[in-house]
Amino acid sequence: MAKVTLVEAIAMAQMWEMSRDSSVVALGEDIGINGGVFRATQGLQEKFGSERVIDTPLAEGMIAGLCVGMAAQGLKPVAEIQFMGFIYPAVDQIVNHMTRLRNRTRGRLTCPVVIRTPHGGGIHSPEHHSEAVEAMFCHMPGLRVVCPSSPARAYGLLLAAIRDPDPVLFLEPVRIYRYAKQEVADNGQALPLDVCYVLREGNDCSIVTWGAMTVETLKAADELAKQGIQVEVIDLATISPIDAETILDSVAKTGRLVIVHEAARNVGVGAEIAAIVAEHGLYDLEAPIQRVTGYDTVVPLSRLEHEYAPSVERIVAAVRRTLS
Amino acid sequence: MTTTAQFNIHYRQYLDAEGQFLPTVDQAALPAFVRDAAELVKMYEMMVLVRTFDTKAINLQRTGKLGTYPPALGHEAAQVGAAAALRDEDVIAPVYREIGTQIWRGVTMAEILRYWGGDETGNNFAHSRHDFPWCVPIGTQTLHAAGAAMAFKIRNEPRCALAYIGDGGTSEGAFYEAMNVAGVRKLPVVFYVINNGWAISVPLAQQTAAQTLAQKGIAAGIPCIQVDGNDVLAVRHTMAEALQRARDGDGPTVVEALTYRLSDHTTADDASRYRQADEVQHGWTVEPIKRMRNYLVNLQLWDDTREQALKQSCSAQVDSAVQDYLATPRQPVTAMFDYLFATLPPRVLAQREEALQWANKKLSGSNQHG
Repeated sequence: MAKVTLVEAIAMAQMWEMSRDSSVVALGEDIGINGGVFRATQGLQEKFGSERVIDTPLAEGMIAGLCVGMAAQGLKPVAEIQFMGFIYPAVDQIVNHMTRLRNRTRGRLTCPVVIRTPHGGGIHSPEHHSEAVEAMFCHMPGLRVVCPSSPARAYGLLLAAIRDPDPVLFLEPVRIYRYAKQEVADNGQALPLDVCYVLREGNDCSIVTWGAMTVETLKAADELAKQGIQVEVIDLATISPIDAETILDSVAKTGRLVIVHEAARNVGVGAEIAAIVAEHGLYDLEAPIQRVTGYDTVVPLSRLEHEYAPSVERIVAAVRRTLS
Repeated sequence: MTTTAQFNIHYRQYLDAEGQFLPTVDQAALPAFVRDAAELVKMYEMMVLVRTFDTKAINLQRTGKLGTYPPALGHEAAQVGAAAALRDEDVIAPVYREIGTQIWRGVTMAEILRYWGGDETGNNFAHSRHDFPWCVPIGTQTLHAAGAAMAFKIRNEPRCALAYIGDGGTSEGAFYEAMNVAGVRKLPVVFYVINNGWAISVPLAQQTAAQTLAQKGIAAGIPCIQVDGNDVLAVRHTMAEALQRARDGDGPTVVEALTYRLSDHTTADDASRYRQADEVQHGWTVEPIKRMRNYLVNLQLWDDTREQALKQSCSAQVDSAVQDYLATPRQPVTAMFDYLFATLPPRVLAQREEALQWANKKLSGSNQHG
């Protein structure tokens, strides 16, 4: 079993599925000979040729629109949007067509598309390269939003996303693209979508997070353990639709909830999670829900970016507030 | 300085407004369908059916039995001529006004009425299963056609995609993006601009400074041609050539058909607020149906008796479709949930139950009152 990084696992999953299923095609800017700016499509064009691994002209709306057309006619496109800050021109096609073609045609045409895009910051990128705007897309009916937090889950969840009969926005946390290597069996085994993954069990407080923030959260959990506080860390993994049951079960056990996300707070996904717990688990709560998030500001350039995203200290402090 | 590139836009018209061949037309060089009585009559009959349907649809809207409807009045040749050039296995990405093309391709008039009457089942075409549904967000459908063409090319299928777009739509970025990628990858797609002079209230002169809309293909490196959109013979021939080019692997074409929107933009619009009556009157002097009828009469393929019979037949077909439409039961409330995903997520499933309960409550409530 090979030890791979998250970004290598992404390439591995695409390689597997394109070998297995001739209807899978990859497209995007610089994904061919260059293997993608992060190398997430490394080796695909060499293996499958330029008809199935397509270096497109530079237009994100076009990439999404082509996906709608291809998917409606029986292909399974896996598109890359180079950075999440560049996804906005594609929103028209995603929202007006991709997510509703099945509904508009009463199931006659469908859109099994995966849009992969780097998510979040933390790697000293230029302006517009560090966005985490998953909440915008979670608001859209008919779309799945998925974000892995490890190489193994990146591999398994991406396979599941490609095999899913509906569109999936697949967010790849750039900060942990190469954070750690993990043994991943390249066996084509998908992991289930629409469920949370419990990364660490504990009885004192539940923390729900996803993507790169799982790393800070697990560090915070270690820190808290030293202080005698056992937190339960839940990786949301599928950000929409939310697996409410796992979260509610955990809160029923711990009585406390902290939500950690890199995205801005206002109308963020944390608000939806908090609302779910308020609606269905209020009487389990022994303390107010805490959110640790990016601020409601423009994502700062690199010199301040680590002040923007939730830190271990902020997460530890939030957990302690629920216990005070 | 030297000239590095030069371009021309050619314009094609065969019949004049009275249905006579223009003197410049080399009739011997025309394609076979121009002498095929059955094909000519079929196209004419479809154009008359479209106009009959259109009139009825507007009446239904005016009497509260249909939602907002975009008439095809004046576009019959542009729509039917293109449809007649297509093969069944080709795929269209239509705008919302392509009534003539849709009926030709087997979309039933009842399906069309269901869609414009507020029922999504109208997009579940029983016959043209692969065609894209009516497209409202302007210009976006051009990319779907390009994507479909990409699928055909990847799978090596001898099929074409046809994207419809209006004059206003050619200002949208999606149109340029679609032409650009189609040119780069030589996709089997035709971009069909139906230029009716008006985008709701905005005339062409405020839409673009370009002399033609066809020439917008030049920047994408793809051939472009302009055609008289009220001349069904010229439209069909031009579209057939463009589609054949695509089928032969020679890539995309832009075809601009010049026509005129004789109606309001939709039934929710009042065009007298922004355009002159004499312009519309001129539009009627070059409209497509009279032109084709004269052509058929000159060929002795048509007469008053056949015209009367056709009108009766069209009315009967439309009436039957209207009956079918009006008898269509409303979809159950659960229908708004059931086509969202292949498998409905639990939280949405719970909302489905909630909506069902409210609907049932309303039902039992109205029964009590009844």
